[in-house]
Formats: sequence, structure tokens, C-alpha cells
Amino acid sequence: MSKQISDEVLLDIHRRMVRIRIFEETAGKLAEDGKIPGALHLYVGEEAVACGVMVHLSNKDWITSTHRGHGHLIAKGGEFDRMFAELFGRSTGYCKGKGGSMHVSNLDLGMLGANGIVGGGPPIAVGAGFSNKFRKTKNVSISFFGDGASNEGAFHEAANMAALYKLPVIFVCENNGYGEYTPQANHQAIVDVADRASGYGMPGVIVDGMDAVAVYEAAGEAIERARNGEGPTLLECKTYRYYDHVGVRGMGMTYRTDEEVEYWKGRDPIDMMEARLAEQGILSKKDAEAIHEEVTKQVQAGVEFAESSPMPTPESLLEDVYA
Amino acid sequence: MPQMNMIQALNSAMDIMLGRDPGVIVIGEDVGYFGGVFRTTDGLQRKYGEHRVIDAPIAEGGIIGSVIGMGVNGLRPVAEIQFADYIYPGFDQIASQLAKLRYRTAGEFCAPVTIRSPCGGGIRGGQTHSQSPEGLFTHICGIKVVMPSNPYDAKGLLISAIEDDDPVVFFEPKRIYNGPFDGDPDKPAVPWSTHPAGEVPEGYYSVPIGRAEVVRPGEDLTILCYGTMVHVAQAAARLVEADAEIIDVRTMVPLDVATLRQSVEKTGRCVIVHEATRFSGYGAELSATIQEECFYSLEAPIVRVCGWDTPYPHAFEWQYFPGQKRLVAAIEQVLEAG
Repeated sequence: MSKQISDEVLLDIHRRMVRIRIFEETAGKLAEDGKIPGALHLYVGEEAVACGVMVHLSNKDWITSTHRGHGHLIAKGGEFDRMFAELFGRSTGYCKGKGGSMHVSNLDLGMLGANGIVGGGPPIAVGAGFSNKFRKTKNVSISFFGDGASNEGAFHEAANMAALYKLPVIFVCENNGYGEYTPQANHQAIVDVADRASGYGMPGVIVDGMDAVAVYEAAGEAIERARNGEGPTLLECKTYRYYDHVGVRGMGMTYRTDEEVEYWKGRDPIDMMEARLAEQGILSKKDAEAIHEEVTKQVQAGVEFAESSPMPTPESLLEDVYA
Repeated sequence: MPQMNMIQALNSAMDIMLGRDPGVIVIGEDVGYFGGVFRTTDGLQRKYGEHRVIDAPIAEGGIIGSVIGMGVNGLRPVAEIQFADYIYPGFDQIASQLAKLRYRTAGEFCAPVTIRSPCGGGIRGGQTHSQSPEGLFTHICGIKVVMPSNPYDAKGLLISAIEDDDPVVFFEPKRIYNGPFDGDPDKPAVPWSTHPAGEVPEGYYSVPIGRAEVVRPGEDLTILCYGTMVHVAQAAARLVEADAEIIDVRTMVPLDVATLRQSVEKTGRCVIVHEATRFSGYGAELSATIQEECFYSLEAPIVRVCGWDTPYPHAFEWQYFPGQKRLVAAIEQVLEAG
């Protein structure tokens, strides 16, 4: 299992997860304090999915993301300063402040965008994958989406087309058990979204989405299949969001119990990875703390960069509607 | 010069662009192996291969979503939505993704996508094969909306649409695919070979997006129209012997305001005609624009002639369709007013 994974890759996954965690905790506080305008959908708890997948990718591999998209961009190499600047609506942001949390994207990193429309991404990932195959590259495209989006017609159409044309696309379902505020059992009659894969003629794989190494291994197989021209895979990662659908409230909610939240926090992806790294003698507790401190400083520098960045000019309101 | 009907002209445009640009692909329902239900893509798959002229599942959201992904990733796709009435399952992908992509990424991403779709009535298609939904798309910032009225423009505008770096929704009035229908269903069909705009160059040329065309110069009033109505308007103007200036709008977005203004400032009177329903139809935008631009030149209230505010009726096709009779009445009303 994890024996084949190099120390370097494990440390890389770990650092990416820590970067997401501290970015999101900080962004959540800033939003709560009214410093970041608008709604944030925080990725805290789900870090293992983005990071276990993304370490396999280069900037030439495309991803489509979701409304809960900060983690995807950070895992793909996003910089804190430009991300915070985007959330703050500053001209130095990834989209010059015109995208915001739910629409942050970046061409250089192959990030086709967070997406405020549930199920908006999968068909776009199919087209990007089509182009990769058409142009005879070995690049893949990955569509992240949730259990809620798996009920959208757009997902069905995309999955059918990806399988039909045997495209290098991986559908990564982040099943966090809730479509917004509705428990999975109240929005679909299946437990495993991966069951749907056979209906499209592609493999469906279920993996523990709190275990970054398990995600890494399963994603690796799916990506290799795609790069080898063997077509798409539906990879379902069972995961959990610690906070509310939107915003930072974690406990005392009417639609899920505190016990449930505690259960999942007991399987925290970063804690589990740090325990593994310590056990294998790769990273001591002290060294892990040092990484957290280092990332915290980088996050703070990102916030300062954003806060000191200029607002977009009024003229830019009318720019970039057309070429 | 060769004679082409609109179908042949559109086919020629795609043929030329598939030949010139290896990034152009054509995708849609029945477009490949079968050649399209209206034959618009006939022969293209045989010539360019299954990898470039692609049969899609009946999945309009999937087709439009996937051409966005192709567009941002280096291709220049042309999607066919078999009937404009089928475009609604893909509307989310057009309105929320395709149209907004450039703006929300501050110009970093664009999708040079063309979505072709046959529209309009007069073919006894009933509610779901006759609609003219162009107004819905003109209300979405970030896409261009085009509707040609003849084979020459159809080819030249489609080439411009494919070359355009912005997404273009390209509506084809299917009633005039084979000939310039003047609104009288009892007359024998007239083929494009009898019409000057049926002469279409074999090779590459383009007609710019964003320019209206004065198809008949006149002094007494201005008729603003597009698509099939260009031919109905010409027939109606002959009936009243009015010296009407008839303008084929051709591209709804961007709108050639200057040509419209120039005409109405001269004539002082304006009739607007389209097949689509009246309320919040594109004619309302034209009317508001004329009012804003030419208020002090107007000598009479602007009159709109449109489809009735109902679903497209099977039994009342020619009562619904804004034919010559209704247009003549409107012309007389505008000429008599003031």
C-alpha cells in the first residue's frame, strides 16, 4: 500500500492539506468579522480529497471545481495572496476581484473555476478532456462535484458523454453526506454514488475520503487509466465538511448532530496523516508544528497583501464582457 | 457565381472552416453519420472524419457544456442544437457558464464557441418546433446573437461567428432554408435560385457581426426586421406602395445602432416586426433604442408586429405568424399617424 509512496509525496500531500486548512480557517474568521464580503463555502474536513488527487497532476491537467472550491485551487498550487485578494474583491486577485469565492479560477494552474452552479462543472470537464484527447496529449481533466450534484442532469449527460467518447476524465465525487442542508438519504435512494458508474459503462470506485493516502492511490489508478486512453472513472470519496454548508458555524445545527460532527473530526485527515508520518519516522510532531507555523505566517502575509491591494478601477466594471 | 440555398451555404461555411482551422469541430445530434435533420452538415463527417464531426447523445446541456470545455482548451467548436426549442436544457450552460466565463475570469478564459440552431415557425411544427427564442439570449451579457435572412449572409456570418473569440448563438430561420418565404403560405414556394442573395461564392468570405443591412432604401418609414420577416416586410411594403426603408438587423447583439438611427432620423416613422412573442420580445429593445436615439425625429408612435403572446398554436399558424396583412395594417397606421 503506502510503501510504494515516497516520503516526498506524503509530505507534499500533508503540506497541501495544512495550507488548505489554515487558509480556510483564516478566511472563515475574516468573513465572520465582515472583512471578506459575501458567502464562503469552506473546505475544512475535505482536504484529503483535493490533495490526494492533485499531487498527481501537472498544470496542464485541467480541473473543474465547485462552490466549495478554495481547497481545489490551493491544492493545485494556488497562492494565498492572489486568493485572498480575490475573496476581498481586489484588483490583484486571481480574477481581478470579479470572480470572488465561488468563481475563482486560473489559467496557468489549469483551474477552470470554482462554480456557483451545482453540477455546472462536469460537462465542461468533459469538453476539456475531449480536447486533450483530440490534440493527442496525455493530459487529463478532473471534475470535482458533490453528492448533491450527482442528481443534476448535467452530471448524467457529462458522464454518459465521457464514457461514450472514452475521454480522459475523472469524476471525483466528494460525498460529504449533504446536498446543501439535506442529508443524502433525503436526496437520493442510494448510499454509494459510485453505483451510478456502471450505468454509464465506467468503473466506480469508493474510497475513504478522510484518508489522503487512500485517495492518492485510487486517484492514481484512475488517472493512469485516463492517461492510457482507457476512459473515465467515477471516484467517490466519502468525506465530511466540518462547517455549515455556507459560513463557519460548525456545531449546534438543526439538520445534523454534534455527535456526527465529532465522529468525523475524530477521523481528521490531517491528524491521520500526521500520525502516519510520525509512525513512519518521516515527520515528527515538532516538525509538523513547524509546518503549521510556517503556513500560518504565509497565510497572514496573504491577508496583508490582499488588504493592502487596490480595489478594481471603476472602468473595469465594463471590461471583459466581450473580447 | 454558384447558387446555394441556406442549407448549402451553411454547409459550405462549416466545410471551409473545418478545412482552414484544424481546431474547428462540429458536434450535435444526428450531425455526423446522418448529416443533420435539415442536411446542414451533410457530407462533413465523411470528409473530415468522426473525430471532427461528432454525433452527440440527445443531451443539450452536455453538448453545450462540453463545447465550453473544448473552447477553453484550444478548440473552436460549432455545436448544433437541432431545434431552437431544444436549447432550453442547455440554457444553464449558456447563461451561467458560457456567457459569463470571460468576465468572471477578468478576460483570462474565453470560449470561442458557436451554437447553431434552426428557429422560427411557418412550418406547422407546433409549440416545440417553431419558437423564436432570440430575445432570451439577447438579455444575457457575454454572448453575441445572430440571425441571417439569406444564403449569402448565412455563410458569411457563420464564418464570422466561428472565427469570433466570443460565444455566438446563431439562429437559422428554418422556414427560409430553401427559399425566401414572403409570408403567404398559399403561394407556391420560391427557391433561393430566384433571389440575388442565393448567389453565394464557393470560397471563403465573411460578413461582419454587428452590422445591419439596408435591404431597401426608402423615405417614408423604416421597417426593422430580421430572419424570415425581412422577406415578409418586402412583400408588405410592395402592397402599400409605401417608400419603406427596410433594415435587416442581422445581428441582435451587438446591435448596429448607428444604421437604425440614421434611418429613423430620416423617415421619422418606424415599424418593428418579429415572429417571437411581443411582450419583452427583442422588438421592445429595438423600440426603446429608437425612442432613446431618435425621439425628436419621430412623427408617429413606433408600432410592433409580433407573434401573439401565446404558445405557438398548431391550428392558428397563419393567424399567429406576422404575415403581410398585419404588417400592411401597421405600415398604414404609422403612415397615417401624426
